[in-house]
Amino acid sequence: MKTRPLQYVALLGVAAIFLGPLYWLLSTAFKQPAEIYQWPPVWWPDQLTWENFSLAWKAAPFDRFFLNSAIITVAGTVLKVANAVLTAYAFAYLRFPFKKVLFLLILGAMMVPGHVTLLPNYLTVASLGWINTYAGLIIPGIGSAFATFLMRQQFLTLPSEVTDAAAVDGAGHLRTLWRVVLPMSRPMLITVVVITAVEEWNNFVWPLIVTNTAEMRTLPVGLLILKDEEGLANWGTIMAGTLLVLAPMLLIFLVAQRYIVGGITQGALKG
Amino acid sequence: MLTKPADGALTRRRREYGLFALLVAPNLLVIAVFAYWPILYNAFLSLTDWNMIAARPTFVGLSNYRRTLTDPAFHQTLWITIVFTGLIVAGSLLIGLALALLFNLPLKGRGVVRTISFAPHILSGAAVATIWLFIFDPGYGLVRALIEPFGSEPPDWMNNSDWALPGLVIVYLWKNAGFTALIYLAGLQGLPKELDEAAAIDGAGTWTRFRAIKLPLLAPITFFLLITTVIGTFQAFDVIAVMTGGGPGDATTTLSWSIYKEGFQAFNAGRAATLSIVMFVILLIVTTVQARVLERRVHYR
Repeated sequence: MKTRPLQYVALLGVAAIFLGPLYWLLSTAFKQPAEIYQWPPVWWPDQLTWENFSLAWKAAPFDRFFLNSAIITVAGTVLKVANAVLTAYAFAYLRFPFKKVLFLLILGAMMVPGHVTLLPNYLTVASLGWINTYAGLIIPGIGSAFATFLMRQQFLTLPSEVTDAAAVDGAGHLRTLWRVVLPMSRPMLITVVVITAVEEWNNFVWPLIVTNTAEMRTLPVGLLILKDEEGLANWGTIMAGTLLVLAPMLLIFLVAQRYIVGGITQGALKG
Repeated sequence: MLTKPADGALTRRRREYGLFALLVAPNLLVIAVFAYWPILYNAFLSLTDWNMIAARPTFVGLSNYRRTLTDPAFHQTLWITIVFTGLIVAGSLLIGLALALLFNLPLKGRGVVRTISFAPHILSGAAVATIWLFIFDPGYGLVRALIEPFGSEPPDWMNNSDWALPGLVIVYLWKNAGFTALIYLAGLQGLPKELDEAAAIDGAGTWTRFRAIKLPLLAPITFFLLITTVIGTFQAFDVIAVMTGGGPGDATTTLSWSIYKEGFQAFNAGRAATLSIVMFVILLIVTTVQARVLERRVHYR
């Protein structure tokens, strides 16, 4: 087979295309400014330095951006996943009139493109007095349709004896959920948590319009501000800031990669 | 004596209803206020003229629609959106399928490369855009380093109205091809092996087997990816915001950027709402087509 070596060349090429930009980011962030502006470019930095990071920190309050991003990601993820789990449990195990219609109403939210809701939601949040607050950043995003769908599908696969037995034992529904249903759904729960957290962290347009002071900005929005302030003259500083935005998600990706991949393919193949 | 058990069943049912309502209410409330209400609110605002400072919007009837639909700038925006979406959809599907076929070969390290190619999909669009701004930098960017040895000069990508849009497309493809590859790969691995093997025994070549067996069987996945990529690309915002801000001129002003521009830069609520309704209707048509096709598939199965 003469094609095999060619296939390996293609595989290496693909790896280079997707890793190249990330290596370019990483090496620039740690290069000395003089090396960034050398031509031909320095592929392997002579000496690594943290200088770009302290410059980025000086140019914009990255500690504050980081804190805000962390608060929004944690609170937003907890609330959204709680919504998904509780709603899914109710639809999977409890009786209620017009349950089917209600479920379609929740799933129907997936047909509303988020971008279309920006202006009305901004006005709603403004009338609630939530502009430039954590509530304004977090609350509009905690409604859950897709994650609810995934969790309900998962709950319906559990053997009914498990929940029946727990109910006979006199365990309340919330105890059943916490002690039996959730532990048995761990992989799906992790998938939902990770995918939600990634979305919250990366969210850009909503934090951009709902905040208006540097103290309330999140990392992705802060990056735009850093870029606008530095112009395009100081790539070391900007790349250091970019790395700060990316690093936590890259870490999560390395650790939880199989959950993300599993959840995304499942959503696609079932949908 | 006889009524007691029925009573018990009734209270149990009532308590179940109560618990159901309690568990579902928060989610339903947020969805109602922040997903459904905005559609009605947009519809109302689109009939008004409002700078968001005046105490209340002025009712102007359909004049926003009349003005928008006859505005050459809007036609250009729509055209740019279609070109942008078309290129990204076609590119994502072609590259994704090619990558999936590659990752489906028995090669060492294919799992790692698959993971690497998927990574950009979960990274912040704003950050990815910033990296590519530097890559496209005509002075010290990676692109210059790659094409200079061939004797070419790099364009000033993001400041050149001919290059800005293709530049954005490249970035979105880099970010999304790994995702489509992942979905296609899952599809390829789920295909029945017997058909392929039987065709191989009958002497069908690799290309024939791909075109006559794999591609048709992958059609549902292609369709799913087509729809989700169209919906996603229509709303593409972060990369545009960081890399071009809709410029130079209006060269990269897509529908999603123009909604932001009208609403949050020009403070023209009526126009932004009108454009939002346009986007909503277009994407509603897309999802309805999807629902119809899926229904038919289920029927004929």
